[in-house]
Parts: sequence; C-alpha cells; structure tokens
Amino acid sequence: MSNLFQSQKSSRFLTKFFTYAFLLLLSVIILYPLLITASSAFKAGNIAAFDLSFDATWTLDNFRRLFADTLYGEWYINTLIIAFVTMAVQVTLITLAGYSYSRYRFIGRKKSLVFFLLVQMIPTTATLVAFYVMALLLGALDQSWFLIFLYIGGGIPMNTWLMKGYFDTIPIDLDESAKLDGAGQFRIFAQIVLPLVRPMLAIQALWAFMTPFGEYMLAKFLLRSPENYTVAIGLQTFISNPQEQKVALFSAGAILIAVPISILFFMLQKNFVSGLTAGGTKG
Amino acid sequence: MEHTEAQKKNIRTATWLSVIPGFGQFYNKQTFKGIVFLAIFALFIYEMIVFGFQAFVGMVTLGSTPGQDHSLFLLIEGSLQILLTVIYFLFHIINMYDARQVAILHAEDKNVNKSVIDVLKNVYNHGFPYLFTIPAYLVMIFAIIFPVLVTIFISVTNYDFYHIPPASLIDWVGFDNFVNMFFLSSYRDTFFAVLGWTIIWTLGATTLQIAIGIFTAVVLNQKFIKFKRIFGIIFLLPWAVPAFITIMSFSNMFNDSLGAINTQVIPFIDSLLPFIELDTLPWKTDPFFTKIAIILVQGWLGFPYIYVLVSGILQSIPEEQYEAAKIDGAGPIHRFRHITFPTILTIAAPVFITQYTFNLNNFNMIYLFNEGGPGSIGAGAGSTDILISWIFKLTTGTSPQYSMAAAVTLFISIFVIVIAFLVFKKTKAFEMED
Repeated sequence: MSNLFQSQKSSRFLTKFFTYAFLLLLSVIILYPLLITASSAFKAGNIAAFDLSFDATWTLDNFRRLFADTLYGEWYINTLIIAFVTMAVQVTLITLAGYSYSRYRFIGRKKSLVFFLLVQMIPTTATLVAFYVMALLLGALDQSWFLIFLYIGGGIPMNTWLMKGYFDTIPIDLDESAKLDGAGQFRIFAQIVLPLVRPMLAIQALWAFMTPFGEYMLAKFLLRSPENYTVAIGLQTFISNPQEQKVALFSAGAILIAVPISILFFMLQKNFVSGLTAGGTKG
Repeated sequence: MEHTEAQKKNIRTATWLSVIPGFGQFYNKQTFKGIVFLAIFALFIYEMIVFGFQAFVGMVTLGSTPGQDHSLFLLIEGSLQILLTVIYFLFHIINMYDARQVAILHAEDKNVNKSVIDVLKNVYNHGFPYLFTIPAYLVMIFAIIFPVLVTIFISVTNYDFYHIPPASLIDWVGFDNFVNMFFLSSYRDTFFAVLGWTIIWTLGATTLQIAIGIFTAVVLNQKFIKFKRIFGIIFLLPWAVPAFITIMSFSNMFNDSLGAINTQVIPFIDSLLPFIELDTLPWKTDPFFTKIAIILVQGWLGFPYIYVLVSGILQSIPEEQYEAAKIDGAGPIHRFRHITFPTILTIAAPVFITQYTFNLNNFNMIYLFNEGGPGSIGAGAGSTDILISWIFKLTTGTSPQYSMAAAVTLFISIFVIVIAFLVFKKTKAFEMED
C-alpha cells in the first residue's frame, strides 16, 4: 500500500516537473526572438550580428536616425492614414450589412449569404494581375486610395458573416418590444441593437486597423515610390539587401509598431476571445 | 386565392407589358414607379448605344492597330460592360416580378401604392435591408467580383512581357496558358514543384501550429499550475506582435553567418548536450533547411490562436466526464483521446480549416523570410515559393507573365473553393436557420 502511494507521489512530481519544464521552454522560445529584436534597437553603431548579447553600447540614437535619415516617419503616417480609413469604412459597411442579414428576411437574402460565403474563399490578393490592369486604367498605381479600397473590399464577405453571426446572438425580443414602444427602424438599429454589439465592433475595428500594417503583397505591388510606402514594405528595405543590413534601424522601427499594436491587442483581448467563440460557433 | 379568368389575364398582361420596363407599372396604375423604371430602361439603352456596343466589339477584337488600340483598356471596358449588363438584367427581372406581384394585389383588391409619397414610404419601410447592404455590395463587386472576372479573361489571353499594350496588341489564345501549365515542360516542372511544396507547407505548418496549440492549452489547463496568467500572456505574444515584424526578425535570426540561430542557439545546445555535435546549418542557402525553418517559424506564429480557442473549449468540458472516466480506470492519454480531443475537434474544426486555407496563401511567411529563395527552380519561382508567391513573382518580375499568373490564380481559387465547399457542406454551414 505504501509502495503504491510512493509511486503515485513520484509520478505526480514527474508530471509537475515536465509541465513546468515545457512551459518554461516554450516561454524562452517565444521571448528569445522578441528580446533580440527589442535589444537590438538600443545598440549603438551599425551592428551586423542579430543575437542576444549584452556587451554593447546602449543608445537611443537608432530612433533619432530612423526619423532623421530614413523615410520611416512618412511610412508610419501613410500606414496610419490607410489604417484609419480602412477601419472606419469597413466597420460601417459590415455593420450595416451584417445587421440587415441578421434582422430582415428579404428577397435574395439566403442566396446572397451563400454568395458571400463562396466569395470569401477566393484568395483576393491573388487577383493581382487584375488589380494591376485596373490601376493602370484608373491611374491608381502608387496611390494609396486604391489600396484602401482593396483592403476594405477584401474584408467585407468574411467579416459580414462574422458580424451577422454576432447580431444573431442578440435576442430579437428586444427589437420587438422597442417596436411596440414606437421606435422606428433606424432607432432600433442605432440605439437598441448597436450598443449591444460593441465587443464585436471592437474586434472588427482592430482587425481592419491591423490589416494595412501587416499586409505586404498588395502594398509592395501597388506602391512604387519609397515616400508612399507603408511600414511593412519600408522596414523590409532595411534588411532585404544582404550586403547592407541595417538590423538596428529595423529593430527600432519594429518596436515602434509592435508596442502600440500589442497594447491594443491586450486591451481588446477579452472581446477577442468571446467574439472568437460566439462568431465561430454560429458560423 | 383562385383568380378568375379575367384577373389571370390582367396579371399576364401586366407581366408581359413589363418586358419594356415601366409599361407593366403603368398598366397597374403606378405612374411614378413606371416613369422611374422606364427611365432606367432608357438610360441603359442610351448607354448601350453610346458606349456598351463599342465595348462589346472591343472585347471581342481586343483592338486592331498596335500603338493606337489599347487591348487592356478594351478588355477592362468590356468586362465592365458585361458586369453592367448583368446588373441591368437583374433589374429587368425584378421589374417583371414587381409588375406581376402588383397585378396580383390588384386582382385581390388589396391596397396598392399609387402616389409618389406612398411609394417612397414603402421604399423606406421595406427597402431598409437593401439600403443597408447595397454599399457593402458595391465595394465588394469592384474590389473582388470585377477583378475575378478580369482575371478569368486575362488567363485566356497572351498578356506577357512580349505583349505590352499599347505598343503591341493582346490576343485571345483560349486555354493555352492552362495547357502550358500542365504540359509544357518549362512550366509544368515548376508548377508541380511549387504545387507539391505548397501542399507540404500547408499541411506541415498548419498541423504543427494546431498540435502545439492544443498541447499548450491542455498542459496549461492543469489545476496545480502557478503563474498561469503570466504564462498565458507570454503565450499570446506571438499573436499580439504583428506577424510581419516577427517574420523579418526570424529572417535575420536565421541568417547563415550573422544570425542568432547559428551563432548562439546551436553553440548553446552543443555545450548543453556534450554528446551531440551540431554544426551551423545553411538555413537560408539550402532549400531543405529553409523549408524546415519556415515551417517551424509558422508553428511559433500560429499556435497562440489555436491555444486561445482550445483553452475556451477545455473550460466548457464538464468535470464529471473526466471523473467518470477516471473511475472506469482511464489514464490521462486515454482521457485525452476519447474525451478532450473529440470535443475540441467537433467545435473547432471550421477554424482549423480556415487555418489551412490561410496558410495555403500565406504570402508574408514565404516572401518575408527568404523571398521564396534560395535559388531558382525555373519559370521565375524560387525553391521555397508557394503558388501565391509565385504569382507575385510572375507579375512583378523583370519579364512578367501576366496571363500565366492569372491562370495560376484561377487554379488556386478553384482548388480552395472546391475543398472549402466540400468541408463546409459537411460541417453544415450552409444549413441556415430559416
């Protein structure tokens, strides 16, 4: 009996040991590359090695050079403008459309919903050739408005679906009782239902906002002159030439994007998780 | 309700009259609506005479005089006209449907809106969902549908760097590009090499991130763990930090001579495990090692999303289920296989599928890590290029092959849609509540 007790105890110890070992190892693997990037941003001189070492001269000079000697400031502003416009327009469009699909039974509703589902599967960025020809015709090469338009359009089918799914979770009795109280259609939408979908609006806004930061393919293809670049393309120019890698500048630029976006992410993370499961299970 | 012969005749007349939009409405005594419909019809006819007919002709010929006719613009104008015509015909059908419905209302002696104000009121009351969805549709049509239409047309032309308008014309060549893709040796070899790696990459990377995500969630779900919140935050970091930044950081880290993996990690492992003697590895100059690195990095990037999702699911599994299994003598592995894993799979399967389709087109991971390299495997593709990054190179390279890029695009789209369609059919996403 005591023997059995012994073995149970030691197996529990082993479980604990391996659990913590795994968690620590995974933490190290996650933090290691992030710390390398973070620390490289503060190293003086044109460092070439990209590793975690602390025998360097620490400085803020990389940040000064970033804005003084490169176009980073302009890239950042370009990206912010693109991101804000994309976010505002896309969230408006998908909220209106998602609401209609959730609350109204109109002719063509079901067919167009299936249509959304199918369209959503097309890898939109892959129709690059068509975008190129359209941009030629419109004189929109190197113009950010065309890029914004494509970002907005590309996100509509998928996000309308998610939005509809979330609206579906708001009980329709609310609308009915508001209607009995004499509220018009627009008031029901704007004052009764809309406030209740705020968590999903936050997620959608963050997603739409982040797309222009991370999207590389279309931006690289459509934006031709360096002063029109977004941060993703701009930063890549720092490290794309193997002979002349500016890893310190790259790291400094990376931090200025990663920190605010991560903070936004963690602020909205609660919404994120609930939206993920609500929208996900509803399909 | 059964209609009399005379009523039936009225309904038929209204429907037939509306073959010319507006006339059916006039017959129904809806003058205002009739004028609007007739005006739309007249506008379309006018458009056809001024622009549309020319556009269709241009679409067929794609121009006849090099330097003067711009084949691309003709193609775009033609596509636009096709889109416009389809939209018009939708209106035409709606118009006929409307005339018929209103005639039926008349036959049944129900109230019919005749005055301008009544019609506008009716539009406001019942047009809400349309007003709300039309903006989204307009943007989607021009940002997605129209480009897809143009891509389909370009894929059956010979648009490449030999044929750049306006200096030279573009011609219709039928399915030559698709035939070349599958049978012409220079394209075929590249296509199948790229396709093969695309499939391996998609399955390998996605399965890896799902496996790490599930494993982490299960491990972190154990009750005795302290500092759960701290671990939770650390494990979210790869999701919180924008992917393009971490990919570029990893790209630096895997640099053969200067990167941390070769200068720090491998020496560290060597010193830790004396019986293993690892050498520095050619992460970015040898295709095999580049592929390994890309898959591993994607595992790092993609697991938090799965981990968060699965953590939520794990908390929803009732404790009693595990207790009952324990009493029956089921060990932890048995419990995972028969309780945890099936539950996760039933709830998260659709999300897993979207992860696979996401990685199938994960351009950033491939291109920002090593620009699809190292080396070239012909037809503009590098040894780690997937289909989407090959399309990018076909379109942007020094000798662009636009029509071939369009053909490959269609191939991916059809591939993805067919697979997704089959899966969604199985997961019942098409069964809607009404």
